[in-house]
Amino acid sequence: MPFLSLKFNLQKRVKLAQGLWMLYWLAVIVGIILFSLGIFFKVELRKRSEIMDNNESHLVPNLLILVGLLSCGLNAFGGKLCHDSLDPQKFSRMKPMLRPYMLLCCGFNALLLLLLLLCFLMQFAVYLTLAEGLKNAIRFYKDTDTPGRCFMKRTLDMTQIEFRCCGNNNFRDWFEVQWISSRYLDMSNDVVKDRVLSNVEGKYLMDSVPFSCCNPGSPRPCIQHHLTNNSAHYDYDHRTEELNIWSRGCRQAVFSYYSGIMNSIGTFILNSYFEVAGDVAGLKYLSTALETMADPENPECESEGWLLEKGFKETLADLLSKVKTFGRANQVEEGGASPDVAAT
Amino acid sequence: MAVGKITFTKTEREKLAEVLWLLNWISVVTGAILFGLGLFLKIEIQKWQEVMSEQGILYVPHMLITTGLAACGINYLGSKICLDCADTNKFLRWKLVMMPYIVCTFFFTACVLAGALMCYSIRSQLEEALYLGLRNTMRFYKDTDTPGRCYLKKTLDLLQIQFQCCGNTDFRDWFQIQWISSRYLDMTNSAVVDRVRSNVEGKYLMDSVPFSCCSTLSSRPCIQHNLSNPGAHAHYDEQSQQLNLWRRGCQQALLDHYTGIMQSIGLTVLLIWLFELLVLTGVRYLQTAMENVIRLGDPDSESEGWILENSLAETACYNFSIIKSLGKCYQADDDPNINVPTAAAGQEVPSAQVTS
Repeated sequence: MPFLSLKFNLQKRVKLAQGLWMLYWLAVIVGIILFSLGIFFKVELRKRSEIMDNNESHLVPNLLILVGLLSCGLNAFGGKLCHDSLDPQKFSRMKPMLRPYMLLCCGFNALLLLLLLLCFLMQFAVYLTLAEGLKNAIRFYKDTDTPGRCFMKRTLDMTQIEFRCCGNNNFRDWFEVQWISSRYLDMSNDVVKDRVLSNVEGKYLMDSVPFSCCNPGSPRPCIQHHLTNNSAHYDYDHRTEELNIWSRGCRQAVFSYYSGIMNSIGTFILNSYFEVAGDVAGLKYLSTALETMADPENPECESEGWLLEKGFKETLADLLSKVKTFGRANQVEEGGASPDVAAT
Repeated sequence: MAVGKITFTKTEREKLAEVLWLLNWISVVTGAILFGLGLFLKIEIQKWQEVMSEQGILYVPHMLITTGLAACGINYLGSKICLDCADTNKFLRWKLVMMPYIVCTFFFTACVLAGALMCYSIRSQLEEALYLGLRNTMRFYKDTDTPGRCYLKKTLDLLQIQFQCCGNTDFRDWFQIQWISSRYLDMTNSAVVDRVRSNVEGKYLMDSVPFSCCSTLSSRPCIQHNLSNPGAHAHYDEQSQQLNLWRRGCQQALLDHYTGIMQSIGLTVLLIWLFELLVLTGVRYLQTAMENVIRLGDPDSESEGWILENSLAETACYNFSIIKSLGKCYQADDDPNINVPTAAAGQEVPSAQVTS
């Protein structure tokens, strides 16, 4: 009893072939989009690799690019198959390629599922890399004269301005590092000297933040220095002041940006998974409908198409027994060889 | 003596009609592009309209939008006409419409050219609008509590950050206005009071700039205050001073930005104008060729097509005389058939005398 069988006459077969051809070319466009999404994501990761310690994993964008190219190739071939299927001569040439092609498509679908899983799981990796990278970026903010770190200040300032964030968790992260380089500190000034000497590690710490933390939406000019000292500024209470500097941490801000990208890519992959699955099912119907034609010379005859030749459970049992016999094939050969030896 | 006379065979006429049909459809697409360009320019100008003193330059994108829509309509009609022109019978349907259509298209093409030239000539008006607009925005920077001006601070800060500029022409423009609102000044502090009193207009002026003037390219943390006194900061040498703030003025930055956009748009519109001119010439040739075929009576014969039937000078004289006669139709005619009442009417016998 075939699984999910349908009857096809000539018109239905032609319609199925035409519809499938269009779907396959749509899937090629989807493949191109997946490829471009991979490139876009890769570029976005590279743009901000400096605040991620150049440690970020490019697994997801690389896989996306590969999957996009594979999808284009496989689906273009599928489209050609559908186009040739209505011509009996061409179809008989294509017949031997059908089964391996459909197995390849199923494998490709499994790859899509894997990629979907990775899209959601790799977000954790991005979060951890960001946390570590931002911590180091804040520490190396002042080292604009150290080779390899000269542009850290510029990158971090632009990140804070672009993502409207300040510090790693929040602006207080800036209070714990010396972000003004010693070469710009006036060491002859007593105040400066006291502050440096009072710190255990000899760091010049202040309750100030860089200018890139300032919020342009604040009604008053930005207060960057002496943030926790209410008396240093007129009519200022640091507990109630919300608009002066950005309150969000950069880790949260940059992570939600990347998380948004990865979630959208994941949703798109899910859609393309269903589309490819639909294409494979359609192709199975078309090929079985063409193969089971009672009279191959008469194109007008009716035929039956199905997804699986036997029922679902029977097919599963068949598969399992095949796997078992495959494992036993070596053993059977040994048993066969020994009687031969005994006979001679 | 016709201008640009070319002889067309029947197949050549049909081919011309086909090619013109395709070109008209391409022109519909270019009309849509024109519309899109106008819309884009309008959005770009409205993004920063708060720092412009007048919205007068909006007539450029409006012109482009209207011309784009007109292009779509005119060229769609043109494609329909050209499709029918291949066949002499169908051409008769459009015969009366053709001449007005060509005149309309001619004026429309002139509008496209005007639009392109406007894009290049807008610079001086924009410069003035930006200078005055930025000056006012800087003056109202501190008024974040005045309705209608609350967001000027945010706009100007975002402008300076995005375009990497400071002040109107220079960062020193900030030294001449009070950009810290009085409600954030501690009037009990003697230093503050002295500074306010020492100024003629009672303004609190400082040699400081807002944070948005800070350059992200600087290798040292931003120095915003005491800018006229380099000695007040440790190791504040010439190079540090150059990199510390954005050196460009926002008027120049915005002017460059808009000039760049308008030059690209102007170039594209010029190319579209050339294309429209080509299509117009083709349609004129087709029209004259088809009319001549009908005049000759044989649909399969060769016919001539031209741009102008007589030379340029004769056509100009003819058109002037038409315009003159249009003006004269409201004055007295010299036609002898019309009975103009003369002085003899006054000699008519009054009816009262006749009855008596």
